[in-house]
Amino acid sequence: MKEHLIFTGKKVVRMALLLFCVSAAAFILVSVSPVDPLQANVGQAALGSMSREQIEKLQEYWGAESPPVERFFNWAKDFFRGDMGISLLYRQPVSKVIGEKLQNSLWLMMIAWLSSGLMGFLLGVLAGFREGSILDRIMKGYSLVMVSTPAFWLALVLLMVFAVWLKVLPVGLSVPIGMEAGSVTVLDRIRHAVLPAVTLSITGIANITLHTREKMIDIMESDYVLFARARGESNWSIVKNHALRNVLLPAITLQFASVSEIFGGSVLVEQIFSYPGLGQAAVTAGMGSDVPLLLGITVVSAAFVFGGNLMANFLYRVIDPRIRRGGAWG
Amino acid sequence: MKRVNGRMAAVLWLGIAVVFLTAVTLFGWRVAESALMTDFSRKNLPPNGAYFFGTDWMGRDMFVRTVTGLSMSIRIGLLSAGVSSVLALFLGILAAIMGKTVDSVITWMIDLVMGIPHILLLILISYACGKGFRGVVVGVALTHWTSLARLIRGEVLQLKEALYVRTAQKLGVSRWEIAWKHMLPHLFPQFLVGLILMFPHAILHEASITFLGFGLSPEQPAIGIILSESMKYLAMGRWWLALFPGLFLVFTVSLFDMGGESLRKLLAPGSTHR
Repeated sequence: MKEHLIFTGKKVVRMALLLFCVSAAAFILVSVSPVDPLQANVGQAALGSMSREQIEKLQEYWGAESPPVERFFNWAKDFFRGDMGISLLYRQPVSKVIGEKLQNSLWLMMIAWLSSGLMGFLLGVLAGFREGSILDRIMKGYSLVMVSTPAFWLALVLLMVFAVWLKVLPVGLSVPIGMEAGSVTVLDRIRHAVLPAVTLSITGIANITLHTREKMIDIMESDYVLFARARGESNWSIVKNHALRNVLLPAITLQFASVSEIFGGSVLVEQIFSYPGLGQAAVTAGMGSDVPLLLGITVVSAAFVFGGNLMANFLYRVIDPRIRRGGAWG
Repeated sequence: MKRVNGRMAAVLWLGIAVVFLTAVTLFGWRVAESALMTDFSRKNLPPNGAYFFGTDWMGRDMFVRTVTGLSMSIRIGLLSAGVSSVLALFLGILAAIMGKTVDSVITWMIDLVMGIPHILLLILISYACGKGFRGVVVGVALTHWTSLARLIRGEVLQLKEALYVRTAQKLGVSRWEIAWKHMLPHLFPQFLVGLILMFPHAILHEASITFLGFGLSPEQPAIGIILSESMKYLAMGRWWLALFPGLFLVFTVSLFDMGGESLRKLLAPGSTHR
């Protein structure tokens, strides 16, 4: 038990330090940017017609004054207290903007993450169980093509087929246009999330299928499976008793590592379906030089990624008795 | 006729990939001028015999635009993946041979870069570089080195235990000389495969970031630009604007993948007999 606590403590401290470094790195990146927020948002023409005082006021608003290091520590201090600053574009506290957008995105990403993980794992096991079978070939071909397919193009194609051509699903947004928040039903939300979620799942499956399949093929060729066959064990019991646990470990690593990829995919997919999620907010913030929002989103998404890694580490210990007993930590 | 075995098939794939990619790159480079040519007498044509991929709302030939865009993507991919893989090689070796402190700093850096979702980091870097071409190249180069660096670090850690390396150490050969003379030749195949398998990612990320508006400028016929422009015309039923350039992109990227995998098979010592 004590060992567990030490392990957890170490991981959490490391995660916190990494998060701090992420925020520092992100801060450095946005500070060195030559993009002039005034030019980007107000425009040359409008600036030309303004008085000096007006411009100075705007400069103060978009923050270009005090030295970067000082600004970073002020920002970090506030952040630690839960105040992420005010989003310049949305004119609301960053935490509120992120909270709102995250709700939309989380729902989308969870569906995609779970379905691609489960489907990918299942298909990988089935394909690898009989290498060279028709299912195996189809899955391999599909995965190889999907690995090379950019999510945003797939989103465009699905949009063309289902929204423009067949007209069965809405073109975008997370709720119907012009409807009051109260009258939006769960069904509406689902209808609007279908295409983005499907896009993310379809591309997400490929990677996990390929890796699970490889590992499964290795296992099927191993001596212990051969021995099990010689003992006359059925296919199902071979998969259940010998293959599943061994395949599960790498699959879990991949699945939790894919949090970052799903997030990246959602940035693109949300942009195409005009889905008001975190990804779209990130793009808007980057385009409009909304530094506080961009920083906030970076830190929050990094927290998700590190959280995913942490969970993977715990699950390892649950699944693999060798790791639980210690010693395997090199 | 002799049956085609695994190695021959791999050589064949590699050959096809190299020829096709070179052809696209060079052809796209040559016709870059005509990709920008507008001709309003032929606008909005669906795909036909003269214009395989159709034309857009300004009468530009989509086939020429696609090839030019891909050619640019491939060149950007080569540049940034090249820089990134050399970075990975250098840092991977450094982490493995320079002792604990350097190792933990580099491992820390790897975790850091992997901790921010790629697209978001690309947006940040592109923003830091003031968007445009430089932002894309720097961004892709700085985000893709991590997994290869890890791989090389692991490999070098193993090599350190090899008899010939330890003998060299006992003979008083310096760390750098050992790395250069005894380790590098050994690492080269892995490095090469890692480099080639990095291209597809580099190209896809270049296209994605350009698509989002952080990459190349809208005047250039980059594949990301073409696709993001096509979005406005989707609802009007101009499906060819998005379909063919994307298909071509997928095709190119998978060829890179195939080429890299084939090379890996060829270089793996165990595959001689397949």
